[in-house]
Amino acid sequence: MKLLVAVKRVVDYNVKVRVKADKTGVETANVKMSMNPFDEIAVEEAVRLKEKGTATEIVAVSLGVQQCQETIRTALAMGADRGIHVLTDAELEPLAVAKLLKAVIDKEQPQLVILGKQAIDDDSSQTGQMLAALLGWSQGTFASKVAVDGDKLTVTREVDGGLETVALKLPAIVTTDLRLNEPRYASLPNIMKAKKKPIDQTSPQDLGVDVAPRLVTLKVEEPPKRQGGKKVGSIAELVDKLKNEARVI
Amino acid sequence: MAILVVAEHSNSELKAATLNAVTAAVAIGGDVHILIAGHNARPAAEAAAKVAGVAKVLLADAPAYEHPIAEAIAPLVTKLAANYSHVLSPATTSGKNFMPRVAATLDVAQISEISAVVSPDTFVRPIYAGNALATVQSKDKIKIITVRGTGFAAAAATGGNAAIETIEAGPAQDLSSFVGAELSKSERPELTAARVVISGGRGMQSGDNFHLLEKVADKLGAAVGASRAAVDAGFVPNDYQVGQTGKIVAPELYIAVGISGAIQHLAGMKDSKVIVAINKDEEAPIFQIADYGVVGDLFKLVPELSDELDKVKG
Repeated sequence: MKLLVAVKRVVDYNVKVRVKADKTGVETANVKMSMNPFDEIAVEEAVRLKEKGTATEIVAVSLGVQQCQETIRTALAMGADRGIHVLTDAELEPLAVAKLLKAVIDKEQPQLVILGKQAIDDDSSQTGQMLAALLGWSQGTFASKVAVDGDKLTVTREVDGGLETVALKLPAIVTTDLRLNEPRYASLPNIMKAKKKPIDQTSPQDLGVDVAPRLVTLKVEEPPKRQGGKKVGSIAELVDKLKNEARVI
Repeated sequence: MAILVVAEHSNSELKAATLNAVTAAVAIGGDVHILIAGHNARPAAEAAAKVAGVAKVLLADAPAYEHPIAEAIAPLVTKLAANYSHVLSPATTSGKNFMPRVAATLDVAQISEISAVVSPDTFVRPIYAGNALATVQSKDKIKIITVRGTGFAAAAATGGNAAIETIEAGPAQDLSSFVGAELSKSERPELTAARVVISGGRGMQSGDNFHLLEKVADKLGAAVGASRAAVDAGFVPNDYQVGQTGKIVAPELYIAVGISGAIQHLAGMKDSKVIVAINKDEEAPIFQIADYGVVGDLFKLVPELSDELDKVKG
């Protein structure tokens, strides 16, 4: 079975982002960029399926600026076989990403596509579901367990009340939640090997996809700051303050 | 202009998150309709009809909707969307699952997790774990929106008297089927709807130690939550997780116990009215946003808190 994973280049999860002074967005110049953590889990799951013999080939796809190649290399170092880079400087909304991925999938014909459940920059949590709709495929979102059984996929999902299990017809889309696996670190030999793995480059024009945004960002602001930092000396004092000052108990 | 709110419900009851979505719909302005897609869901529809501000309830009752399967619900919502300027759903795991499917089929953007309505086409949504707030304007004809419950007060559950109209179910699908669920059972309030939340982190050291928090929770009518570290360590199930990728809560009182305060956790609770932190590390970032911090050993302080509450609640 052929697998495709989508990986996004985002501001590293440890970076405290700063809003730009002109309120047009957040500062991304000279900021550490990494693979979206949920996408690392997606790559890891794909590699595990290959190690089990379920998957035969893993294609890692990333969309965006030239440096997305680094994100693809990370996926290749973790164990993906080859990469596809859709090069564009345009800011891509989830709907455009889903359309571009659909165009790639129409050519590649994978049986299973694994994506992160959300990107930690725009926190949209849309792409996997949109892609499933455009393809007319089933979806197993927020997955904490994935099992392939013939032409069926069983996915355990993290839902608000606990866990839910669904059976999906393949081909299918899976989006990863935190407890699906713990991604490996790429070893140095595998990082070296990844440099020789092929990455094809294409573009929205080549794929015939209109990526014009549907939303206009009018402004980006910092949220109001909390006035915290006060400490109290004892639990008795705390309870007194909660009762008589904050009046919440 | 009419607005459709796709309800979150359990067939027998309307879930609290639906009430926040109704408030968002009222803020946009226009007739507010609620869709109940369920099985034997008449009780949920009757509850929806009583919600203040609701003009009409649509009930699609079919076995296929017993569980909220995205592949089943999305085609129904997509078909109905043609009659509406906006379709809203709570940003719960269920709403997040089917709404993007609706948006993509309609070839429109989705605006995820709005926290404020500026005008009928302009909304505020948190990005980067809530470290920035984006104001976005939609150019699409139909606006597909998920609503962050903490951004909007709950609509009154009573006072309305809407008509219930039964509608036909959407087409059958064979892409996906429900196998089973393991849902946490608790007598305590839901995390996202609770007035008080007490959460534990890695500092709790084990799942058994969460009974210390439960004892306090029962005295305050609180829900119990956890940080990602505590869930990853297996102390408590995934549905306890508060944070960027877990549940977003904004109770009157949030008590963080043994939680250091990673930005991903703060993203899920920093809009709480009053925040209390109990941690042995006085440098822990959680203290920077806490209204009241207590530095010390939680295994001594939490039982003390429990006893002290007995005194004041006497």
